[in-house]
Amino acid sequence: MKAKHLLEFDQVTMAFGGNKRNPGGVVALEDLQLTIRADEPRIIAIAGESGSGKTTLARLGLGMIKPTGGRVVYKGRDLWAMSKQERRDYRREVQAIFQDPFAVYNPFYTIDRMLLTPMRTFKLAKNRAHARQLMGEALEKVGLRAGEVLGRYPHQLSGGQRQRIVVARSLLLQPRIIVADEPVSMIDASLRANILTKLKELRDDFGISLLYITHDLATAHQISDQIFILYRGRVVEVGDAATVIQNPQHPYTQLLVSSIPRPDPEKRWEGTVEIPLEELSPGDDRAGCLFRHRCPERMTQCERTPGHFTSDYGQSVACYLYEDNGK
Amino acid sequence: MSQDIALQVKNLRVSYMTGDQEVKAVDDVSFSLYAGERLGIVGESGSGKTTLALALMKLHKPPAYIRGGEAILDGSDLMALGREAMRQTRWSKLSLIPQGSMNSLNPVIKIKHQMADAIEAHERGWTRGQINKRIGELLGRVGLPDSAAEMYPHELSGGMKQRVCIALAIILEPSVIIADEPTSALDVVVQRVVMQTLNDVQEQLNAAMIIIGHDMGLMAQSADRLAVMYAGKMVEVSPISSFFSDPQHPYSQLLISSLPSPEEKRELRAIPGSQPSLLELPSGCAFHPRCPIAVERCQQEIPLLRDFRGGRRAACHLVEEPLQ
Amino acid sequence: MDTNRLREALSRLWQSLRAGAAYTLRTPKLLLGLILLGSLLALALLGPAVVDVNDAKSISVGTNKPPSAQHPLGTTSGGRDVFAVIVVGTPQTLKMGVLAGFIGVFLGTSLGMIAGYYGGRIDMVISTMTDTMLTIPPLAILLVVAASVRTMSVENMAIIIALLSWMFPARTIRAQVLSLREQPYVHMARLGGLSDIRIIFEEIMPNILPLAAASFVGATSGAILAGIGLEVLGMGPQRTPTLGMTIYWAQLYSALIRGLWWWWLPPIIVLIILFVGLFLVSAAMDEFVNPRLRRTG
Repeated sequence: MKAKHLLEFDQVTMAFGGNKRNPGGVVALEDLQLTIRADEPRIIAIAGESGSGKTTLARLGLGMIKPTGGRVVYKGRDLWAMSKQERRDYRREVQAIFQDPFAVYNPFYTIDRMLLTPMRTFKLAKNRAHARQLMGEALEKVGLRAGEVLGRYPHQLSGGQRQRIVVARSLLLQPRIIVADEPVSMIDASLRANILTKLKELRDDFGISLLYITHDLATAHQISDQIFILYRGRVVEVGDAATVIQNPQHPYTQLLVSSIPRPDPEKRWEGTVEIPLEELSPGDDRAGCLFRHRCPERMTQCERTPGHFTSDYGQSVACYLYEDNGK
Repeated sequence: MSQDIALQVKNLRVSYMTGDQEVKAVDDVSFSLYAGERLGIVGESGSGKTTLALALMKLHKPPAYIRGGEAILDGSDLMALGREAMRQTRWSKLSLIPQGSMNSLNPVIKIKHQMADAIEAHERGWTRGQINKRIGELLGRVGLPDSAAEMYPHELSGGMKQRVCIALAIILEPSVIIADEPTSALDVVVQRVVMQTLNDVQEQLNAAMIIIGHDMGLMAQSADRLAVMYAGKMVEVSPISSFFSDPQHPYSQLLISSLPSPEEKRELRAIPGSQPSLLELPSGCAFHPRCPIAVERCQQEIPLLRDFRGGRRAACHLVEEPLQ
Repeated sequence: MDTNRLREALSRLWQSLRAGAAYTLRTPKLLLGLILLGSLLALALLGPAVVDVNDAKSISVGTNKPPSAQHPLGTTSGGRDVFAVIVVGTPQTLKMGVLAGFIGVFLGTSLGMIAGYYGGRIDMVISTMTDTMLTIPPLAILLVVAASVRTMSVENMAIIIALLSWMFPARTIRAQVLSLREQPYVHMARLGGLSDIRIIFEEIMPNILPLAAASFVGATSGAILAGIGLEVLGMGPQRTPTLGMTIYWAQLYSALIRGLWWWWLPPIIVLIILFVGLFLVSAAMDEFVNPRLRRTG
């Protein structure tokens, strides 16, 4: 049977450091439901601030940590109950791009190793000449010339070049999904557009789906189809990326969107925001809406955890303000 | 905004030696900082913006050294001041919020004592009561409660620590504040709060402020004028609104068109190539290999920063009608 | 193709050698340390040309003679030539230290890497073992073990000391591997399908080597110190005149009270040179391994 869903987060919860006294531990991600469909490549943005659980989500998707609740499913198989062959295919078909384009390189080796290692492990090349040819092709796809970068050490290349080589590595493996954790946040402004364009090409030209993990709503708006807004481990708003960012409905999303420093001096921040001091050391209490302490619209029912409701614009919002719209 | 000049920088050059080659990290930079204004300086990593900030404070470390130029503050040239005179100028007239300063607070000393140490270093003979009162005032200025004084740095969030650093920088009410990447590594909402705090403090003191950063959005939100650095040189200085509506230098134009917008989806224009290494700068204008409109002259002649209408300055051969 | 690779490798080796030499010249600590250790090695290598090493055996020369042209450092009550003893003993002491240091660091590095990389229960067992061993005064164990070994040789002593000197390297290496394990490039290798063994050897090991080399120097000087301690208490190799054993014999025959300074002073001076040299090299290597201490420019 061919699975309709490529990757699915099925009610995934991740808690760290649970023990006898505190069985829950610290919840990093709670009841996450997310699907990447097999038939249509999409870029799905996961946006939130530090502590939102977005990096935990990336690590779960890459099979680096095992969820404490729910299942992460790839092509119909639970990641943690796969046969050796299934696991191998999954490793090849789900690739990663990390935030720091320097730290992903072992300073001891030339950058060739970044491309050679996966080729050797997955036996992609027939011989040395074929390997060089594949490397050259992959580099060309990200706008680099083999002669310029091969044989060099990571510190001899710019951040943009290094990040593009990581993208080239992913392409080499012909993956179905790439998990990109803040791929442009450490790239200089003039090269950022370049990497973002390459990421979009992954979807359009190579049919690869992307989980784009970011804190930057402006770039998320630019390249993604769907967006999940996370707040302290819960999805507070999810929907079409342009809809959510242009018409944010959850009070938290509204705060986030209004705080984006727009590159336009005519549209400066309006009003002042204060962060209540108690919010700075959030407790472990996870009853009710987690944003209610900071929320200007706080109501009595916010003491109970809200479900998701559909807004007039079509996105799904975890806020009682939209209760009347129905589920 | 008055046109009194708070800090005048003339032909500042900062270099360092690697092997036997001189690397010009800051190359012939001149600008005026007007009293009460906020001047943003943007540039990519390696463009020389942080070196410039440290050199103005004379806190640059060897192998970097000041090769020439002046920085006139209050009638005296900082570059000519001796060590002791510079020590007295720092913090009282000119102060710096260094990059990553929130991680430089001593983790085992209460905020109160760290602030008291800084006050005592400059104001001899204050009583304990006077110092505590001053600490309360300073914390209030940056929007922190008095209780923050009794805390250790780890008990504060990143944004609060950064506000403590702002408070430390304004202890002696300097007339010029230099903030180097004041909100890097902070979440977007916290970033907004810290920038607000910084702007409020600057307005209350009526100080002039240099904000160094790489985020064009933050500059658009806060700065009155914006300077762009590229490969050690200042390539454009313009009032903020005309900078974004009508940038002069091709590099500025490309930077602006590469910015994603939360309002509309549009094709991003990437800038081809990457910033050159300072060790092997191209001849002529350092930007010419990446410039879409470069002509032959750009390869041969280094463009000077010239004045244009509306208080704009740009270093490009191809910008028309300079003011004579 | 392959000759090109070889030429490339050779030129890279030459470059790193040159860089190493330049670094040594720029770092006075390292230079001085190497000069001190080098002069001791020279003494051991060139000494046999100047003096008959057989004079280091007992009753081969007259007893209790002060320094003279014939015996530049005098002779002992046992009828040994002190200079010959130094020439023979210094390399023995060095050999013991280097051997013990090597075994200790090898054991420590292996255990530290395993504990740091695999974590969990394996780490718990190894770490507990390390910490327990660290709390026991090593001289106490050494004495017990050494006393029960019938004939002590330099090699035996090296092994005994090594068994008690792996803990510090194990602890430092484990801490380092703990942080290396979370490096993005290790994650990348794992996602690229590399096996644990290959990750340990290819990704982590190269970044551990400088640290292991630095702890090797430290472990060597520690081992020599422990060895001297044993020897001065009479637990050393009875037949080989190591530096420590010379001090033991001098003390046994009350050389200090009898004014036979030429007997006990030379081995002590050689030991001081040895320790200062090792200390300087290890301090310089610390500087190199820990970039925060590294001098720039």
